[in-house]
Amino acid sequence: MTMNLIYDPWPWYVAGPLIALTMFILLYVGKQFGMSSNLRTMCSIGGAAKYSDFFKFDWRAQRWNLVVVLGAIIGGFIASNFMSDNTVKINPEVAQQLDTDYGINSAGEAYLPPELFATENLTDPFVLAILILGGFMVGFGARYAGGCTSGHAISGLSNLQLPSLIAVIGFFIGGLVMIHLLFPLIFR
Amino acid sequence: MKYLSYLTIGIFFGIIMYKSEAASWFRIYEMFQFGSFHMYGVIGSALAIGVIGVQVIKKNNIKSIDGTEMNLHPKNKSVARYLIGGIIFGLGWALAGACPGPMYVLAGAGYFSILIVIASAILGTFVYGIIKDKLPH
Repeated sequence: MTMNLIYDPWPWYVAGPLIALTMFILLYVGKQFGMSSNLRTMCSIGGAAKYSDFFKFDWRAQRWNLVVVLGAIIGGFIASNFMSDNTVKINPEVAQQLDTDYGINSAGEAYLPPELFATENLTDPFVLAILILGGFMVGFGARYAGGCTSGHAISGLSNLQLPSLIAVIGFFIGGLVMIHLLFPLIFR
Repeated sequence: MKYLSYLTIGIFFGIIMYKSEAASWFRIYEMFQFGSFHMYGVIGSALAIGVIGVQVIKKNNIKSIDGTEMNLHPKNKSVARYLIGGIIFGLGWALAGACPGPMYVLAGAGYFSILIVIASAILGTFVYGIIKDKLPH
């Protein structure tokens, strides 16, 4: 069996350096790598400046980053349609545990668990609540912390910023609390 | 012309996120279960190269394409906002299984439900903007 470079998932030692390259290209063109600031830009475009000065800034200067977002959307379309069989194989023990404990048995067969992301499950208030709560905390927390995985974990830590280290430690405290303490309560 | 380069960077980034499976809920779950080295390898190798590259940029005072300083400003000192904000972000990241970059990528991949997550993330950002003066920073 040879590895199929197009269809097989990219190993970490390919993906990681390419992410670093993305950051360096953005630095080279005079910008910075940060994805969550686009959420603030979208608030401003939607007229949020009426409600808080936090959204009073020249969002036109951030248009470049929205174009990056547009590109990321197109990239997702290309990758999922032409470069992937859209399944993710994780550690079999973790997959088994997901099945046994939470009834999520789609690991290895899907890219996202249909139990949470299938369109027809949007009518399930429990699923809807998870998507809304998860998204809300990502948006709120990223702005409160002044950045997300790209802005802090990659850009900030690369620049040896102590605030970014504190933020990333926070990301992991939150993630570990969610998976190990809250999941057993939420998915029963 | 400039916008075309930003679009290309975005496409490049989107493909990396999808192909590395960093945009997969399963990989995020597995990471927080310490079930695989994969996500740690992705973030860790990006970081290792990032740290070295930024040091090289600073040592040699390398400028951006238009001759200006690169965007490598120090972040404001604080603990509360980074720790509390970070924890809230982490709770959401693990629950939705997606951080902001991958959210857009998944929208392009055709997962309609991710639009709910994105809309909620925008709402979360909006609510932060409303109550930020009441929060410890």
